[in-house]
Amino acid sequence: MKTLMSGNEAIARGAWEAGVRFASAYPGTPSTEILENMARYPKVQSRWSVNEKTALESALGASLGGVRTLCAMKHVGLNVAADPLFSSSYTGVSAGLVIVTADDPGCHSSQNEQDNRYYARAAKLPLLEPSDSQEALDFTRRAFALSEEYDTPVLLRVTTRIAHGKSPVAVGIRAEATAPNYERTLAKRVLVPAVARPRHTAVEERLVRLQTYAESSPMNRIEWGSRRLGVITSGVAYQYAREVLGDAASYLKLGMAFPFPEALARNFIAQVEQVIVIEELDPFLEEAVRSLGTVVKRPIEGKSLIPRLGELDSRTVALALAPVLAAASDSTGAATGALALGHDYAAVPDPDDQVTGRPPMFCAGCPHRGVFCELARLPVMVSGDIGCYTLGALPPFSAMDTCIDMGASIAAGLGFQTALDILGPDKPTRTIAVIGDSTFFHSGMTGLLDAVYNDIGLITIILDNRITAMTGHQENPGSGFTLSGSPAREAQLADVARALGIEMVRTVDPFNLSEVREAIEAAMSNPGPSVIIARGPCALLKRLQVKRPAYAVDQETCRKCRACLRAACPALYVEDGNVQIDADVCLGCGVCSQVCQFDSIRPIRAAEDGEM
Amino acid sequence: MSETTNMMLVGVGGQGTILASRVAAQLLLDAGFDVKMSEVHGMAQRGGSVTTHVRYGERVAAPTISPGQADFILAFECMEAARYAHFLKDGGAIVANTRRIPSLPILIGREAYPDDIPERMSARGIDVRWLDASGIATGLGNTRVENIVMLGAFSSVLPFQEDAWRQALGAVIPAKHLELNLAAFAAGRELTQR
Repeated sequence: MKTLMSGNEAIARGAWEAGVRFASAYPGTPSTEILENMARYPKVQSRWSVNEKTALESALGASLGGVRTLCAMKHVGLNVAADPLFSSSYTGVSAGLVIVTADDPGCHSSQNEQDNRYYARAAKLPLLEPSDSQEALDFTRRAFALSEEYDTPVLLRVTTRIAHGKSPVAVGIRAEATAPNYERTLAKRVLVPAVARPRHTAVEERLVRLQTYAESSPMNRIEWGSRRLGVITSGVAYQYAREVLGDAASYLKLGMAFPFPEALARNFIAQVEQVIVIEELDPFLEEAVRSLGTVVKRPIEGKSLIPRLGELDSRTVALALAPVLAAASDSTGAATGALALGHDYAAVPDPDDQVTGRPPMFCAGCPHRGVFCELARLPVMVSGDIGCYTLGALPPFSAMDTCIDMGASIAAGLGFQTALDILGPDKPTRTIAVIGDSTFFHSGMTGLLDAVYNDIGLITIILDNRITAMTGHQENPGSGFTLSGSPAREAQLADVARALGIEMVRTVDPFNLSEVREAIEAAMSNPGPSVIIARGPCALLKRLQVKRPAYAVDQETCRKCRACLRAACPALYVEDGNVQIDADVCLGCGVCSQVCQFDSIRPIRAAEDGEM
Repeated sequence: MSETTNMMLVGVGGQGTILASRVAAQLLLDAGFDVKMSEVHGMAQRGGSVTTHVRYGERVAAPTISPGQADFILAFECMEAARYAHFLKDGGAIVANTRRIPSLPILIGREAYPDDIPERMSARGIDVRWLDASGIATGLGNTRVENIVMLGAFSSVLPFQEDAWRQALGAVIPAKHLELNLAAFAAGRELTQR
């Protein structure tokens, strides 16, 4: 009996079956659901950490303490956790430690499309790459045993299509792991130089042993088809290659892509006429294949044909392979791939170019809208950050200058403010950092202390919507609940800001535009660093939703100036030249009514009262 | 490898495309097929364009559908039907909701909602069956079940009994909403069976 699972669900299941007892993560698309699913299983402490660095450090600590541990993050999260990642390679583990990196080729929801397979090579850790949900479960489960056998953290890399893609999975049962006895092991875990040097030797020796394992690991396999083409591939790219070529090629399918199984690859290459490395993003496998050197006397193609930008799909792979396949067309193999079935990937009608775009936008009742209505009016530099509020960069607000990485709004903002202080231009006059509550806890706090310490007149607006919204409502230190839903001590943003040394701290209602405006004006007239906390719950957060009457446009007094459309609310639309408000969509936040200069937008009940 | 059937569900964030896709995928799994379903989360709730891909057959490799490869497209919104029409293969068919949801550039008055989408699509020779799923859902007392009305309308193009669909709905949809969703499904299915 198989069930349909996403890769993320399967990873959680595999970890649970492996007897995992602790799991930590900071939410980030496409990794978020791993911990959300983990939290549904008994016998596991599943926790949101404050950021990926604390997630991985606590995971390593738990592993050294003797419990099997899973740690998950998105690809850019591993940048934040890179410091403990490299150290964990040297300390090794006690109980199994599996670190999941969820990469995002195509930047569906990310600021870059870095290829995290290189972290495995750089930190000298084994790398597993599942190609579907069943492998996600099996590989995760196997990874814990591998971790313990080789005394190493294991990096499990998925990409968006594996993490969020669903496919049938046969599940197993949980096997409890035995906790190793704890012993203080100074020569392994206290990474002072005298310890680190010999540990490096151990790490290099471990890599050699891991490579031997990779040569015969069941995760690496050859699937023989036509020997005219030999495809070396891993992860989701394997599926596209299979889709397009079917049995018209043979495959070296690498579930364990690092350390690279050189002998296995040589053996495969020797038995095919031509080699094509098919992988998403960078030429990670191709470099390993090419480094086999002159021993390989076969033509090798890779990034010469397959794009290194964005996601692959069947059509992209098919079109990229066209030159090779044309040359091979005289081959007679058991060709049963999509191409052999006569799919014409080239024949596609043009997209309809008259369709208007549909970018994401602030929801009706979103607490960010009012703040960006105000920021859009000011001659300031807005130092942005990662969250729903990055949408403030889009028209009609166009009120953001940068979005760099988690927490960068504050530190980059203080740098920009320093440049303003040095150059003194007419415009922008001031730097305002905007950052969400969860992002502030993640890595904004350190930047704020930097601003205080160096006395930089940066204005920071913390958009406190009471939840980690963009990734789908995860709890955070300020929300009052843990991942498992139990009450938690609520971190108070104003207290944190004051404790860091900010003297001017104001909390405002972001649905009250004049309150927001006055707070910004006060901050602008103060030369020192200041913090404004715009506190209003995410419109989609049911537990804090306030029932307010919807608004309506009084068409009698409306001057048809359409200034209200600058609020860019999905509840407002134009019909026959009149702005109307969809009462089913409107949550009664009142921002549009404050943008209106003619008092023509009023709550429905009040309007009715007025008529009576 | 035998032929794989490709279905796309397209709509606007918040319309329930992903839930409808899960029901379809569950049905196909129960019917003994290999199934792959691809969805992208993240900004899905923020009014953006949302697509899910469902593929089934004896053995399915790729998780996504390329342009020109979809056998069926289920479009929950008028403009989204046009946006993804080039994913349809020759001889493929679209079932589309007539509902029009203005996008950001339209809402802020910078662009207009195209008026002639059905005409343009038919001029391009695209086989579209238009339905007022939102109207039917509203008639049932809840606009939100337009996704299941659409699924019901679409269900008669696939060779599965109504019972199998009802079972899949029961497996995916929480019990307290099931009755309404079964009614929505039946109303949609009736539209296309006549």
